Formats: sequence, C-alpha cells, structure tokens
Amino acid sequence: MIKTFLIATILSIIGTGALTWYVPAVDLHRERSLISVQPNGGNVETFHINLPSDRVMVGLPNSDISIPAALEWPGQEVVGDMQAEIFKIRDREGMVIGVGSRIASAAEATGPFIEWGLHFPARGSAYARMEITPTADGFRNGLMLSGTGDFSGLSGTVHEEFVSDADDIQSRIVLQTTLVGSVGELE
Amino acid sequence: MKYVISLALGLLNGSLLFFAGLYFNPFTGQASVSPLAVTTDRVVDLSFSAVPGEAILYTYHGEAIIRPHPEWVAELWEPAVYNTNVFVTMLQDRLGGAAGIGIKMQSHSEDTALISGQVLANSIWHIYLPGQGTMMIDQSENYWAYIRDVTIPARMNSGDNWLGTFHRVMTSGPGSVGTARVSGSSGDFAGITTESVESLTVNNYSPATGPVSMEGNLTIAMPQPHVAPRE
Repeated sequence: MIKTFLIATILSIIGTGALTWYVPAVDLHRERSLISVQPNGGNVETFHINLPSDRVMVGLPNSDISIPAALEWPGQEVVGDMQAEIFKIRDREGMVIGVGSRIASAAEATGPFIEWGLHFPARGSAYARMEITPTADGFRNGLMLSGTGDFSGLSGTVHEEFVSDADDIQSRIVLQTTLVGSVGELE
Repeated sequence: MKYVISLALGLLNGSLLFFAGLYFNPFTGQASVSPLAVTTDRVVDLSFSAVPGEAILYTYHGEAIIRPHPEWVAELWEPAVYNTNVFVTMLQDRLGGAAGIGIKMQSHSEDTALISGQVLANSIWHIYLPGQGTMMIDQSENYWAYIRDVTIPARMNSGDNWLGTFHRVMTSGPGSVGTARVSGSSGDFAGITTESVESLTVNNYSPATGPVSMEGNLTIAMPQPHVAPRE
C-alpha cells in the first residue's frame, strides 16, 4: 500500500509538471488579422472606432464633457491644453480587437503633437505620430514610430480619418496602417 | 479498495508537492534593484499611485475584486480585450510634483510559464510630460513575485489585510538585461530610443478590494546628448 502511495506521488509530480509545461497558462482570444497586401509592397490593415460607443475616456482640461462623467481630469495648470482619449479599436469586420490612446496638444511648449498608442492583446502594439495639419480631403497622415509583436520592425504610415454619418448620430474614426518590413542587409 | 485510496492520496500528494515546489522555488525571485541603477545616463524618475481607486481611470472586464474607476467607465468585456486593462494616472517627479500623464495598457501574455515562475503581462505606457515631450514605453512584466509574496498570503490570511513591504522590479524585457524599450516622439524625447524599468512597492493589500497602498515607479534612462569630439 505504501509502495502504491509512493509510486502515485512520483507519477503525480511528473504528470503535474508535464501538464504545467505543455498546457499554456494563458490562451488569449485572437480575432483573425484582416491584412491585405498592396501590389507595390506593404501590408494594409484598417481599423475603426465607432463613436460614441467605443469611447472609454475623454480627458479635456476644464471641461464638462469628460467621459466618463465622473472623470477627474487634471487642471490646465498641470497638463495645459492636452487632451487624451481612449478607445476600443475594431477591425474591418467590426470586432473589437484592442484598445488605443490618442493624445494631442496644440499649445505644448515643445511643439504641438497628435499621437496614437495602439495595443492589441496577443498581437502587439504600435506607436504613431500624426501630422498636425490635416490634408485638404480632411484626413490626417502620420508615421509609425515603433511597434512590438506583429508590428515589431515594421515602418510605414498611418492614416486617420473622421467619418461622420449622414444623421450625425454615429460617426467613426478610421485608422489605416500601411506597413513594410525593414530591408535587411544584402549579403 | 485500500490500494485505490492509497493511489488517490498519492496523486493528490504529488500535485501538492509539485505546487509547493513551484511556490517555494528560490530560483524564481525577481530583482529589487533596477538594472539602470548603474547607468551613467541621466535618469528620469516618475512615480505614481498604483491603487486603481486613486488613478484617473482604471478599467478592465470588471468581474474581479477590483472595482473599475471612476463609476460608469466602459468595461473591456469583449473576448479579444477581456484580459486587458487600461490605467490612466498622474505621474509625479522626485519631489512629488505633477510631472505629467501616463496611460498604461496591459494584457496577459501567452509567454506565461508557471513552471519557471513567469506570470507575464505585455504593456505599453503612453506618456506625456508637459514642457518635455511624449514617449511610449513597451515592456513585458513578471507578476509572479507579486502573486507569490502579496496576493496569495493576503488571501490565506482570511481575517485581515496583507501588511508588509514588497518592492520588486516588474519589468522583465524586452531588453537583454530586463529593461523596457522607450521610443521618444516629441519635444526633448523626439527620436530617442532608450531603456526604462518599472518597479512596484506594496505596503497594504486587501483580499476583498485589492491594493490599498501600492506605488509604482518608472525609471527612464536619458541618453547623454552626443557631443562631437574636438579636433
């Protein structure tokens, strides 16, 4: 009986160890990446944000329209005119696949900026800086500064567009990335 | 029958021994001293309260003990972001003055490996320091020491809060010495690529509501301005 106990104990230690080794402790849900390849090179991926439903936070100095309503945003003496927004990010088919932050300031002492930080669980993150002045067509271009995971080592452009629906009840922010891999050294 | 009972007890005993080995494994500790402690670069220290209720905003799926903050904030319940949290906080400088705003987006990592004491999370910080500029920090963090030394003892101590001093470097990569990667975007940080480390200091944790007294610290190495050699 003691022999059975000891053998079972040893087998259990080995079995639990094997289980811990082989079975992933974290298995994140991941939507299919909807990436298209441009004829002249580069991977294009389009994301969008439904407004107002995908807004998680809107932080504006001295504003009564902060989201959520109880948000205590620091005053202008601390963050100047900087505004920060946090959104849920959807893929082309409308599935939420990540979260993103957009921060902007027009009066920052070191120069105005508009930036996006995008975080896609199980995929990676991307950081982009946008041009201050939008184009005549109403959209804004930007550059990818750095990325991790699927976006690691990629460079390219980010295109931001605000699309307002006819009835103006629901609008969208469309983000499109066009990214290419870095060219390795020729042998 | 007695052999079946003996077998069952043996299997249970083996599992318990294995998990006890994991829990008490002395080789899975984390450093409490930052790898940037010996850097020759100028260092920017930013601290923040890591208690969700003291943040500007904290949200996640909302089904665990910690309450999202403030009230009525949208929760991240969709499958792809279910294991993600967003934390927005004021950052303070060494003197305790307001230094800027930090937005942290963090999710569980599939590289988590309990057998080697790695409970990993991937996170980015989107940081704005007025008068200085903006940057993004990307990192992987290891929460094993926090779980082992704070949350499990707090839950086992059913009657009361966990009180003590826990201080660890949470950043575990992607840098080769366990540092995070910093990408500067605007202002003084425009174009810089450097390293940083995030640490956590916990003094009080409630098994009912989560952290009561917890402070985070970001240490960012600022590369020295390049000086051209004299001819």
